[in-house]
Amino acid sequence: MPAVSKGDGMRGLAVFISDIRNCKSKEAEIKRINKELANIRSKFKGDKALDGYSKKKYVCKLLFIFLLGHDIDFGHMEAVNLLSSNKYTEKQIGYLFISVLVNSNSELIRLINNAIKNDLSSRNPTFMCLALHCIANVGSREMAEAFASEIPRILVAGDTMDSVKQSAALCLLRLYKTSPDLVLMGEWTSRVVHLLNDQHMGVVTAAISLITCLSQKNPDEFKTCVSLAVSRLSRIVSSASTDLQDYTYYFVPAPWLSCKLLRLLQCYPPPEDGAVKGRLVECLETILNKAQEPPKSKKVQHSNAKNAILFEAISLIIHYDSEPNLLVRACNQLGQFLQHRETNLRYLALESMCTLASSEFSHEAVKTHIETVINALKTERDVSVRQRAADLLYAMCDRSNAKQIVAEMLSYLETADYSIREEMVLKVAILAEKYAVDYSWYVDTILNLIRIAGDYVSEEVWYRVIQIVINRDDVQGYAAKTVFEALQAPACHENMVKVGGYILGEFGNLIAGDPRSSPLVQFNLLHSKFHLCSVPTRALLLSAYIKFINLFPETKATIQEVLRCDSQIRNSDVELQQRAVEYLKLSSIASTDVLATVLEEMPPFPERESSILAKLKKKKGPGAVSVTELEDSKRESGELNGAGERGPDPSVMASTPSPSADLLGIRSAAPVSNAPASAGSLLVDVFSEAGPAASSGAVNDDGFLRFVCKNNGVLFENQLLQIGIKSEYRQNLGRMYLFYGNKTSVQFASFTTTVSCPGELHKPVEPLVEGGAQIQQVLNIECLTDFSDAPLLNIKFRYGGALQNLTLKLPVTINKFFQPTEMASQDFFQRWKQLSQPQQEAQKIFKANHSMDTEVIKAKLLGLGMALLDNVDPNPENYVCAGVIQTKSQQVGCLLRLEPNAQAQMYRLTLRCSKDSVSKRLCELLAQQF
Amino acid sequence: MMQFMLLFSRQGKLRLQKWYVPLSDKERKKISRDLVQTILARKPKMCSFLEWRDLKIVYKRYASLYFCCAVEDQDNELITLEIIHRYVELLDKYFGSVCELDIIFNFEKAYFILDEFLLGGEAQETSKKNVLKAIEQADLLQEEAEAPRSVLEEIGLT
Repeated sequence: MPAVSKGDGMRGLAVFISDIRNCKSKEAEIKRINKELANIRSKFKGDKALDGYSKKKYVCKLLFIFLLGHDIDFGHMEAVNLLSSNKYTEKQIGYLFISVLVNSNSELIRLINNAIKNDLSSRNPTFMCLALHCIANVGSREMAEAFASEIPRILVAGDTMDSVKQSAALCLLRLYKTSPDLVLMGEWTSRVVHLLNDQHMGVVTAAISLITCLSQKNPDEFKTCVSLAVSRLSRIVSSASTDLQDYTYYFVPAPWLSCKLLRLLQCYPPPEDGAVKGRLVECLETILNKAQEPPKSKKVQHSNAKNAILFEAISLIIHYDSEPNLLVRACNQLGQFLQHRETNLRYLALESMCTLASSEFSHEAVKTHIETVINALKTERDVSVRQRAADLLYAMCDRSNAKQIVAEMLSYLETADYSIREEMVLKVAILAEKYAVDYSWYVDTILNLIRIAGDYVSEEVWYRVIQIVINRDDVQGYAAKTVFEALQAPACHENMVKVGGYILGEFGNLIAGDPRSSPLVQFNLLHSKFHLCSVPTRALLLSAYIKFINLFPETKATIQEVLRCDSQIRNSDVELQQRAVEYLKLSSIASTDVLATVLEEMPPFPERESSILAKLKKKKGPGAVSVTELEDSKRESGELNGAGERGPDPSVMASTPSPSADLLGIRSAAPVSNAPASAGSLLVDVFSEAGPAASSGAVNDDGFLRFVCKNNGVLFENQLLQIGIKSEYRQNLGRMYLFYGNKTSVQFASFTTTVSCPGELHKPVEPLVEGGAQIQQVLNIECLTDFSDAPLLNIKFRYGGALQNLTLKLPVTINKFFQPTEMASQDFFQRWKQLSQPQQEAQKIFKANHSMDTEVIKAKLLGLGMALLDNVDPNPENYVCAGVIQTKSQQVGCLLRLEPNAQAQMYRLTLRCSKDSVSKRLCELLAQQF
Repeated sequence: MMQFMLLFSRQGKLRLQKWYVPLSDKERKKISRDLVQTILARKPKMCSFLEWRDLKIVYKRYASLYFCCAVEDQDNELITLEIIHRYVELLDKYFGSVCELDIIFNFEKAYFILDEFLLGGEAQETSKKNVLKAIEQADLLQEEAEAPRSVLEEIGLT
């Protein structure tokens, strides 16, 4: 055991720790811990009052045990007692315990908050700092409620010590992040901005993080920070390396602060004031110049700190995207780094160049590095660097180099790491589609993809090639010929059989003139693969066969014979059996005309965003695919798919996280099936009536209406999965917790969920859900404006190999954002009259579906979120309510009157709102509740 | 903003964990397990950054200890690497050539130093002098407050 170096040295603790370290086995460790826990418990329970020192020591031991990974279920009270000790070290350990082990035991939080309150008002700076650290570490909503108004005062008070200011700034940042609604802007905000001018560099360093966060949310209120930040930056950049004393780090002046200043500036467009802008450009040039100077030290810390600033400056240059000169210099600098011997710098250069590639000013300059990047893809030893190189190739791709880049990516795929293959496949598929000049190249590329990495070609990829071939008649013959050739290979991937089956079923006639690919040859080729394929593929092949009967009457007898054999017509799989029986019957009783109509060539698919792009986006998380790229691909896919209606303006969709916004087209291509997936849910089925576009009609909204008047409960349940919901709303904000429970004993793999409102809506969930396990997902909701369509939740996972796909309406309805409003009878009717325009009123008379019991109705109306007003309506049987819907853009006042008629078992519901769409929507929602 | 920092040994034992975002105990354990495994599997010359879920991981090995931080997408990797180095310098200065054992036996100190340096996932005070001054002041308070202890305590039996 080493000598305890400093401080108090709780010897008992040191002995305990070394005992644990000497344990030879996990069992021995657990035994020793249990012994210690028993000892501590008896001390805490004992009659003898413990002195502060012992209490501190035992609490510290508990903390150690917890940090080892064991559960601790007592000692919280003793830790809270330590908070009110007047000995610093005892208080400190108490706070540490609370910070690490806090749970939302409300009783305890109240005690903790009391102790914090005492310390904050103690005027003892060390105590104040401890309390602030604790708030910043825990950052719970209860703490925000207690302290969100107090901390701004501490932060800007003239007599607050510097160290306290630093802690207060970051403490406030944490509270703002957890509970933005509780941190109210006010007089303090302007004074916070001026902390950028503070003499104490530490205060500036801490405050700027707070200012950056606040600026992102309220850019207008904080825009004075731009000029202050520029002048601060300019002073740092031009200072000699020793001017800033201890804030100089390995000869680099204030690197952390510099980075944060550059980061803050990225919240704003380029400064409008010419002088400020000139000064800033000067700073950026100086930073770029310094990169060329010989290093002041050989230490890696020196170059890291210097380059950290450089990369942040380049980010700002890219953000402004308006200074061609700087952009090109940035690109050249990154080009140098691409060949640097430090792996870290090569990695960052590849990453940073990726964003540079999307700027029109530097796109060409980035392209000049193509050989280096391709080389990196081939030779880098670290997979994460190779991944960056692949990303950059993807970003720098355009019409001029698409063929080269796609070819390089394809050849890299043959040896690529398993972890990135799927993503590479998606990228190749997207590039091939986006930059296809001739479609034969596109078809070749996708078939190559299937050949090289068939296992990683997801459904989206092969669906897409089929959609495109169907929509472009100039490529159909070539596609048929190419798949026919590809199927000749003795071993070909099942995905190839799927594409082949589909395309020959549709367009086999285009190559049937050649005796080498006569109808029977085509059929025999396809059928030779049949027995090696999975059920869904076989189902698809059966559909191709019936199409053959229509295309080539001469194959009818052969195919009927195949359909008739026991292995088809008595197949144990229901879907296959049904197809065989039905196709056989169809081919024998239908006339040629009927057959030709039923089995007509598939109509063109409606134009939509490539589902592959959506998939890539989902893989990379929101934000990975920029809006511009999205628009770009929309345009491109428009060209590819021929004329068609453009979807809603993508820029609108991408920028409104409103629950009413439509999907980015993500859902449109995904199959939706409520039943567990079987062969029948195969998406691109030759016989499905309208192709995948019809699938959105199958959204499951059974659970939806049950949540209009309540916030918690079970949204969905089938044999596999249960989805529970807990939600809370405050003004125009809401938070929804989704609990996904696996009811089986088998793991769900590739579990992904997508909410169809773009923006920062959700965190990805764990991709695996163990049997019997439950995972949780949190959605933050902001109501921007009134809406009627609920957001959709799409859930996909694999259960025993079968893909499950489910789309649910999330129960987010406009009434969730109600604030109840109490008012007297007179006021009510006055307002009622004010809202007398016909479109402001919505009325419905409907039959009661549920009990007309007064208490039940009242409970529902309260659940709705409005205030239920007594003694307002002259008829005591009637119910009236009032409330205001809070959206970000406006408030909508709503009045409601519900008149039951017990005899007739009917209701009359009347709503009057200051916005007509709201009256209508509320009326629709409510009419189904009573 | 930094989301969390983990210190772990070459054997994969966690020595310090600091979470700046609210996560359940279970999630924390899972994240630590995943990351420790991922990082220990990497070869020494590989780059210090990797993408992990939607976060950037920045890590560096000092002797037997790995220091690993998770930062958000817009955060700067290199400056995070130097956050790690500055923290190592602070520990080194405080303990006098710090080693893994110092952090094991004085884990509470390692947390206190970290809290002075980073708060809420952001740099609070980057000056080495100022951070150590704050900690030393606290130690001074501590020594004054020390009360005489029993014999049993002296030999570590309670």
